[in-house]
Amino acid sequence: MQEFLDLTLGGISAGAVYAALGLALVIIYRATRVVNFAQPALALISTYLAYSVTKGTGSYWLGFAVAIVAGTLLGVATERLLIRPLRHRSELSSIIVTLGLLLVLQAVAGMIWSNEPLAFPYAFDFVGRFSANDLFVVLVVLVIAALVLVVFKYTPLGLRMRAAAFAPDVARTLGVRVGLMLTVGWGMAAAVGSLAGLLATPPFLFPNVLDGVFVYALTAAVLGGLDNPLGTIAGGFVLGVGLSYVSGYFGPETVTIAALAILVIVLTLRPAGLFGRAKARRV
Amino acid sequence: MLEIEGLSVAYGAVRALDGVGLTVDRGGITAVLGANGAGKTTLLRTISGLQPAREGRITWDGKELTGRAPDRIARAGVAHVPEGGGVITELTVDENLRLGALWRRDRADRAAAKREVYELFPPLEERSAKFAATLSGGERQMLAIGRALMSRPELLLLDEPSLGLAPLITARIMRILRDLRASTGLTVVLVEQNAHSALSIADNGYVLALGRVVAVDTAAELLADDGLRHAYLGF
Amino acid sequence: MTVRTSLPQASPGTAEQHRTRRMPPLLLHLLAALAALAVVVVLTLVTDEFTNLRIATVGYYLIAVAGLTLLTGLTGQVSLGHGAFMFIGAYTVALLVRRVPTFPLWADLLLAAAAGGLAGLLAGAAAARLRGPYLAGATLALAVGLPALTRRFQDFLGGSNGLNFTVHSRPSAMVGVVPELRWQTWIVWLSVLIALVFVVNIVRGKLGRTFRAVRDDEVAAALSGIHVGRTKILAFLISAVCGGLAGGLQAFLLGTAAPGSFTPALSLSLLAAVVLGGLGSLWGALWGAVALVYFQAWSEDLADVLHLNTDVANNLPLAVYGVILIVVVLAFPRGIQGGFQRLRGLLRRSAEQKENHEKH
Repeated sequence: MQEFLDLTLGGISAGAVYAALGLALVIIYRATRVVNFAQPALALISTYLAYSVTKGTGSYWLGFAVAIVAGTLLGVATERLLIRPLRHRSELSSIIVTLGLLLVLQAVAGMIWSNEPLAFPYAFDFVGRFSANDLFVVLVVLVIAALVLVVFKYTPLGLRMRAAAFAPDVARTLGVRVGLMLTVGWGMAAAVGSLAGLLATPPFLFPNVLDGVFVYALTAAVLGGLDNPLGTIAGGFVLGVGLSYVSGYFGPETVTIAALAILVIVLTLRPAGLFGRAKARRV
Repeated sequence: MLEIEGLSVAYGAVRALDGVGLTVDRGGITAVLGANGAGKTTLLRTISGLQPAREGRITWDGKELTGRAPDRIARAGVAHVPEGGGVITELTVDENLRLGALWRRDRADRAAAKREVYELFPPLEERSAKFAATLSGGERQMLAIGRALMSRPELLLLDEPSLGLAPLITARIMRILRDLRASTGLTVVLVEQNAHSALSIADNGYVLALGRVVAVDTAAELLADDGLRHAYLGF
Repeated sequence: MTVRTSLPQASPGTAEQHRTRRMPPLLLHLLAALAALAVVVVLTLVTDEFTNLRIATVGYYLIAVAGLTLLTGLTGQVSLGHGAFMFIGAYTVALLVRRVPTFPLWADLLLAAAAGGLAGLLAGAAAARLRGPYLAGATLALAVGLPALTRRFQDFLGGSNGLNFTVHSRPSAMVGVVPELRWQTWIVWLSVLIALVFVVNIVRGKLGRTFRAVRDDEVAAALSGIHVGRTKILAFLISAVCGGLAGGLQAFLLGTAAPGSFTPALSLSLLAAVVLGGLGSLWGALWGAVALVYFQAWSEDLADVLHLNTDVANNLPLAVYGVILIVVVLAFPRGIQGGFQRLRGLLRRSAEQKENHEKH
């Protein structure tokens, strides 16, 4: 019973991270219909920058702030330089280009900071079944998620962003600067992604540290429906808890395969995800 | 006034518009007619900036529109209602309307505009919180026009507003356009296949065929010209 | 008015000419494969052992990349998990050699290919309803998750150190005449070329057209009678057979199967090779395989020459592949083979223009 409780609580805090990174993916997908495979790499570079800043200044929170800002800028740069030129090309093109960016950024991280694991601090005390750090992780993710949802649903900016995503030509004729909206979307998503990176990384930072998390985040996003932020957040938490049980009872090495199995089963039964809206094609 | 000179537009090798010229005085209602594929939709899309022109000039009120981005043209007072209305089905009726005026600074004016649109089209007010996807064809057209009016445009481009609509609703929309012209000096360019209803409220008409202007005249003359009607307008 | 009642007779001579001129494609491909094998043998004889190893590596990468280009290029299914099939093939050979040493090598390789194929069948069935990013994500999960299983089943799969073994593939007659590595290179290329003959026939034949139809428009393909799901699964199967064979050959060549060789970066590098060579092109698979081997080699040399520190040196190849993916997609979407085709087109057109000039 004790183990079950531990696993559940551990799963909730892990799930918060999947939810956050999944949310980053969904924001971009809704805005540009692109799955940003480079998201973990953008978060990785931000986290490495946080590491350097923290090491240099001794302040975790300064590093935290730098990471978020750096992540936003990286997201904006990626959208304008790599994604914008490909907006009329096939889906495959943007998948490949973001994969290329993933490879480059991971390699660059290894070049600058070496492939060796570096100690990366937790935000708060992390000892215990459900530590202060775990609470922080869950709270900050919920707060940020709520903020993002409020922005999208209730602000004029959010309305413009949604219009730009759903019907870009129509939005243009209504005075919406669609390109700017896409860039803002990527910036927002990258900021959320960087947050997820900072939360997921401790205790050790190395170039492949976010690979597993990314797979789970993508699974959460797909389960929730790639254009459903609320579903993704719920999916992240549920997946976190579920995978925690798998890790506890079947061994941590089986977790990724379990995630894959869950992904396949859910998508076979509901190809647009649990809460996604399938777009029927008119023939 | 709207002035178009020597406009040519091509999709790859296909010439959609070939040397088209058009003039509409302020406060005028002009119908653009012709069969399918004549280039009517391309003309409107080029004016609103969605389609780049290969040659030619478009000016509104002396301001150059050619080559400008669509959102800048919209902010210059040009509203475009595409074929089918172009309502964003994933947004509610209210959101669609609000979207129409977001670029205007004056909040009070935006709220006033929304009230006026609801007054013009009461069914929209009833459904204001519903998703646009749930609206019927006629209601969507009303929403599209209402949304266009939200920005208090000076030039309104309408692409086949009567398509798929019951004659009663079409007549109502035409009446509303005429009233708006009278009250606000709105300039309207109206593309229609249903030439009869368009010519009933228009001052002038242009007839397009295969990307070229084949006839220009007052609405009354076009209605009276049997030969022209048979050849290009299908009635 | 005269009415022709019979078709003009073709002179008997031309019919004969037609028959001998058109060789069945299978025969043509077999002859080409034989010629290629001859070229490879000559190459191995004139180069040193180090280069022989590189030639062999190009060989198994070639069949791996060919399989992936068939899957992603011809049926449009983006797979980020091709490395997983290589992983399966490698471990199959390693396990068979260690546990059933009496099996001949060709049986081991065949079973490696078959194991890959089985995995491909399962993967394809699971993936049949997935599209674009969903499929990419699922296959990425496969690439990340499958090698992790080696840590779970430490005893059976040897954990992070993997499985080591020795294979003596040279017939006794060849010992002392041909070095082991050179003989291995020949075996690798023989297997690769046999597999390629099959792949080329598929790609150029009716099945290839069916694949392309499914890629271009699934709905239209279904409406014209193609069973889309089955076609996509078949593509996965074939590509995984290629991957499994590649992995098996790699294990055979290196004498080891370890999880460290099958990271997600491998799958991404294979995709980079596909894109660089030219998506959907088998010649492109060759250019991509050569690029994979030689970029690795060149970056090692570059690291030496520039005295780059180990961090930079180790990560240079991956950085290069990433840049390749980005640059190729942005600037040269049809890859190397596409470039060649454009060149050929330009040359042909300028030749035609010259002809026209001369006529006047």
